[in-house]
Amino acid sequence: MATTQAASETTGEHAAGTEVPHDAHASVGFPPFNSETFASQLLWLAITFGLLYWIMSKVALPRIAGILEDRRDRIAGDLAEANRLKQEGDAAVAAYEQALAEARNRAHGIAHDTREKLKAETEARRGEAEEGLSKKLSEAEARIGEIKSAALSQVSEIATDTTTTLVETLIGKAPTKTELSKAIDGAMK
Amino acid sequence: MANDPIHQFQISKIIPIEVGGLDLSFTNSALFMVATVAVTALFLIMGTSGRGLVPTRWQSMVEMSYEFVASTLRSSAGNEGMRFFPFVFSIFMFVLIANLLGMFPYFFTVTSHLIVTFALAMVVIGLVVIYGFAKHGAKFLGLFVPHGVPGALVPLVTLIEVISFLSRPISLSVRLFANMLAGHITLKVFTGFVVSLLASDALGIFGPITSILPLVMGVALTGLEFLVAFLQAYVFTVLTCMYLNDALHPSH
Repeated sequence: MATTQAASETTGEHAAGTEVPHDAHASVGFPPFNSETFASQLLWLAITFGLLYWIMSKVALPRIAGILEDRRDRIAGDLAEANRLKQEGDAAVAAYEQALAEARNRAHGIAHDTREKLKAETEARRGEAEEGLSKKLSEAEARIGEIKSAALSQVSEIATDTTTTLVETLIGKAPTKTELSKAIDGAMK
Repeated sequence: MANDPIHQFQISKIIPIEVGGLDLSFTNSALFMVATVAVTALFLIMGTSGRGLVPTRWQSMVEMSYEFVASTLRSSAGNEGMRFFPFVFSIFMFVLIANLLGMFPYFFTVTSHLIVTFALAMVVIGLVVIYGFAKHGAKFLGLFVPHGVPGALVPLVTLIEVISFLSRPISLSVRLFANMLAGHITLKVFTGFVVSLLASDALGIFGPITSILPLVMGVALTGLEFLVAFLQAYVFTVLTCMYLNDALHPSH
């Protein structure tokens, strides 16, 4: 009955309560201040709390930590995998773009070459044609010249003959060749 | 047992054990300590038995309690504090489950006895002191001498710091004990009124009608007590974390 003084403080509070048939030593007053129960409470607290600590540190917490760790690893792994796939996709897109650009360049090149070749061919053919034409032209001109000179040479002959005949008919006497050619040359100038 | 609001704190022997004149009986208090440990262990171990990558609701609750205590400890004692995690987690779960079990009618509330809460507080403070001296030696005493205090004030401030340190186990244990005790007494008193009013002949028809008022109060208080049960477990844990932080980093 070490707590009678503590108990006497509190009896006032619950003295009004109905008298209850308590256990053998229960009526010592305010139970939380009953030091008789301290030893037992401390012992059982030590046992149970010790047991709880042991279960927590050896079984429960490592297990939960393991689960959380697994999840974190899995998420990190999945994220890394997704990242890797994304990079692969990016690389594929880049390769495609490059191939496309190359193909476009090559197409440009081919088109350009073809155009150049065709242009050169056309040029060459036009040159040939022009050359042929100018050759024909010069040939024609040469022939015209020939004909002209032939014609001209015949003109003086005809003129000489005609003049000789005319003079002979008029005066009855053929003119000398030198007089005649001088007169014709003068007339033809 | 009727109206005695103190009776619920009564400790009764279940298996009497006496060693050398010391009463070490297995009592109702001991029974509920065992129940607390059993409930905690079952909650945590069975909840994680699936080890699901995608947690079930139960496993989610287990993980939530883990993360909750871990973040509380990490935020007040840093990553170094995580070495005390099993201890802090045990404290939190023990107090929380003991408080919640006490909410069942006719159940005994382990934490409504000062000796239990004081013992828990002393374990915390003992751990702080032992770890503090083991890790920092005499430097641990720097805890009592804050930096940047003018020379003349140092003795006074040190005295205040020492007193505040010594009062920690008391405030820590009395806060939890008093909250649980007062809450349960209030609950018992108000719900006792319901019965008294129903049974009273003096008020006639008004007895049963007015008994609704304490009943409403009793329902509201029950909700409040659940909040207090959680809150006090949390407060006890947060303070434990802060004291452990002192042991880890004694210089202010």
